Amino acid sequence: MRPTWRQLAGHGVLFAAILLLPLVISDFRASQFAYVGVFAIALIGLSILTGYTGQISLGHGGFMAIGAYVTAILSVNYGVYDLLTVPLGGIAAGIVGFLFGFPALRLAGVYLALATFALAVIVPSLATALGDRTGGTAGILLELPTSPIGALSPDKWLYYVTWAIAIVLFAAATIFVRGRRGRALRAVRENEIAAVSAGVSLTRYKTLAFGVSAFYAGVAGSLYAILNFIVAPGTFPITLSILLLAGLVVGGAASFVGVLAGAAFVQFVPLYAGDVVGRLTGIGDRIGLPGGGFDPTTPGVPSVVYGVILLAVLWLAPRGAAGLAQRLGRILRIS
Amino acid sequence: MSEFLQQLVFGLAIGGVYGSLALALVLIYRTTRVVNFAQGEMAMFTTFIAWSLIENHGFSFWPAFFVTLGIAFLLGVGVERLVIRNFEHSSHLTVILVTIALFVIFNGAAGWIWSPEQRAFLGPFSAAPFDVGGVAIARQDVGVIAVTLLTVALLWAFFRFTKLGLAMRAAAVGPEPSRLLGVRVGWMFAMGWGFAAVLGAVSGMMVAPIVFLSPTMMQAALIYAFAAAVLGGIESPLGAVLGGLLLGVGTTLLGAYVDVVTPELELPIAFVVLVLVLLFRPAGLLGRVVVRRV
Amino acid sequence: MPLLELEGVQARYGPIVALHGISLAVDEGEVVAILGANGAGKTTTLRAVSGTVATSGRIAYAGQDVARRGPEAVARLGVAHVPEGRGILAELTVWENLRMGAYMRRGAAVKADLERMATEHFPWIDERRGQQAGTLSGGEQQMLALARALVARPKLLMLDEPSLGLAPMIVQELFQVVRRLNEEEGLTVLVVEQNANIALDVSSRAYVLEVGAVAVEGSSDELRRHEGVRRSYLGY
Repeated sequence: MRPTWRQLAGHGVLFAAILLLPLVISDFRASQFAYVGVFAIALIGLSILTGYTGQISLGHGGFMAIGAYVTAILSVNYGVYDLLTVPLGGIAAGIVGFLFGFPALRLAGVYLALATFALAVIVPSLATALGDRTGGTAGILLELPTSPIGALSPDKWLYYVTWAIAIVLFAAATIFVRGRRGRALRAVRENEIAAVSAGVSLTRYKTLAFGVSAFYAGVAGSLYAILNFIVAPGTFPITLSILLLAGLVVGGAASFVGVLAGAAFVQFVPLYAGDVVGRLTGIGDRIGLPGGGFDPTTPGVPSVVYGVILLAVLWLAPRGAAGLAQRLGRILRIS
Repeated sequence: MSEFLQQLVFGLAIGGVYGSLALALVLIYRTTRVVNFAQGEMAMFTTFIAWSLIENHGFSFWPAFFVTLGIAFLLGVGVERLVIRNFEHSSHLTVILVTIALFVIFNGAAGWIWSPEQRAFLGPFSAAPFDVGGVAIARQDVGVIAVTLLTVALLWAFFRFTKLGLAMRAAAVGPEPSRLLGVRVGWMFAMGWGFAAVLGAVSGMMVAPIVFLSPTMMQAALIYAFAAAVLGGIESPLGAVLGGLLLGVGTTLLGAYVDVVTPELELPIAFVVLVLVLLFRPAGLLGRVVVRRV
Repeated sequence: MPLLELEGVQARYGPIVALHGISLAVDEGEVVAILGANGAGKTTTLRAVSGTVATSGRIAYAGQDVARRGPEAVARLGVAHVPEGRGILAELTVWENLRMGAYMRRGAAVKADLERMATEHFPWIDERRGQQAGTLSGGEQQMLALARALVARPKLLMLDEPSLGLAPMIVQELFQVVRRLNEEEGLTVLVVEQNANIALDVSSRAYVLEVGAVAVEGSSDELRRHEGVRRSYLGY
């Protein structure tokens, strides 16, 4: 599927916007958008797995955690330059993901979701358990990021680094899923038995998809660690993995834009859902409805909000055979 | 020896908790073919309700316990009728995501309504231990075992001996023929969810005194419950309970007697068990093979 | 007024129209047969009555409009539908299947009826109460399905291809039970059959369906003499 000139131009505009954005926003916002970039990377990976091979993963937070800890340990305990650890974090996560792909071969739908869910809950546990290397529950504190370019603040420097990596990895992903490999991956999702009889090696593609997907999440995790400058078991709770999957579903249908939408969802819903609810209950107050009295900054509100959004999106998605996977599969095609 | 007995009893108690939750999962799976990721969070939510009845409304434990069971039943029925039913014809993936969305909603709602901090939950069992041949056995452990097993037994009797229980089983094994016999299959499914929520509530209220009440309280338990359900065979109620007991005793004894196994490692071990079972005996100890090999 | 009346009923499975406007009637106490080849719409007709397929048109039972009411509601009105494939609850025991037949009923008479079904009408059931229903032979399952339907004390019994896959002797037995119940207790029966011979034997009237519409209708005697019917469905 070669992209048309119009598609390329559209993406060009998008990339230009990303490039120019820091010129007009504050450092704080730039940092927030850097996080969006991080989540975009994770979502590209997730979409390769879930969108293409139809293997559901509730464990991507776990892979991110692996990347994050690799970065934290290498840069703090061994003095490696933080950005250099990013590919290493990706590779570490990728290996774990690839290995996970083998048992995943035998697990269908729900059972795989279960196993990945367990993975996401386990990784933080392991991090606590291996306390002497990982700083236990307190975690590891990284050095504050610095910018090698005088004109750029550290936040904006990291913004550019993150988005540069995101764009490169997105391009890599589109190449990865092009042609025969993409068809093979999709065949795995549509009908395993047919795929095998067509000579598609399930082993190869499922484990490959898992490995690549985990690699992306690991890279995202490493970058997250650098941005966040603290990594602890509580940094990547199961709710993050769920949020990523939700972001994939909600952001949905179209290529890079869909991933962006999903990443924005992941970053901003937890932050602003509270406000929205507050405003709604405020409105409620004014027209005499009950609902005031809840402090919208209370924890838990964002979860309820995005849970409801997720339900709404699932409800409105075409039902039956067309289903969810189909929608997800359109993500990496250049729209 | 006496320590072994104490650990064993504790293992059985915690195993009873896992087993109840596992049974809830199996119940829903058998009736509606859905794996309910939100089971643990619903259990946690109803446990918070019990806590609120005790703390804010002056109930003593057992009245609060039974009222909560009633509320849990209605909650389960409500979730099935209002949410799950709308996705009857959706793909498997979609339904999984729906229960995940419910997970998130209940998790968030608990934090919202009651705040995310941990709090103590006083159980009904006094701290004074039983004296069994010179060994001090925790009253709480015995109590938990008794309550969970009694609940499971009552539920079993309900399904086995009552007309409604039979109708629910019929609806589960053959919804279409059951409809032709006048069974309102949709409501049977809803009641399946109701009973599962009751099991979850029992599980939550029994474990809360041990692990402290918080919105994340049941997340690890859910993994153990999944592992137990899969170990016992996802369609086997007896298997789920046995699986739970086995896991409870196994992880407790491992934690007590094998130095390397710290409390934080117990969960990863359960996870490894889960994956191994799924790999080598996906039907579980008591189930029938359903996996498609390609 | 007929017990069951269909008027201009159309039915579809998704985009495929299976019935193109069927009209038929069954009077109380009658045994009526529906004949036709595979795919003619016989099964769909029964499903239209029991509400398990999407329909348009008028369906009246005991004077009430039952079109498009769900199967549970129609069953509760006293219509027993023994579906194609028998609908045995395989993982339950023989006795549990039978008990499910009485699901809609209450009262002391139920127990007695169950016992009678298991000892008089289908005596073999008595010995096999605890057997898993899925392990019964085809003929036994058909009998069990019939027994189960009868335990509900329906006013209208609808049978879908009861002879399918069964040995001729069993088929005879089955229809004898049906005939006896019709004669002794006035049970109204609507039976769908590919085996036209046996169907015309037991029924007083019949409809022949072709491609989703009624091609021929009349008394069973008339149909036996009807040339087209003889050639296509009776084999002589």
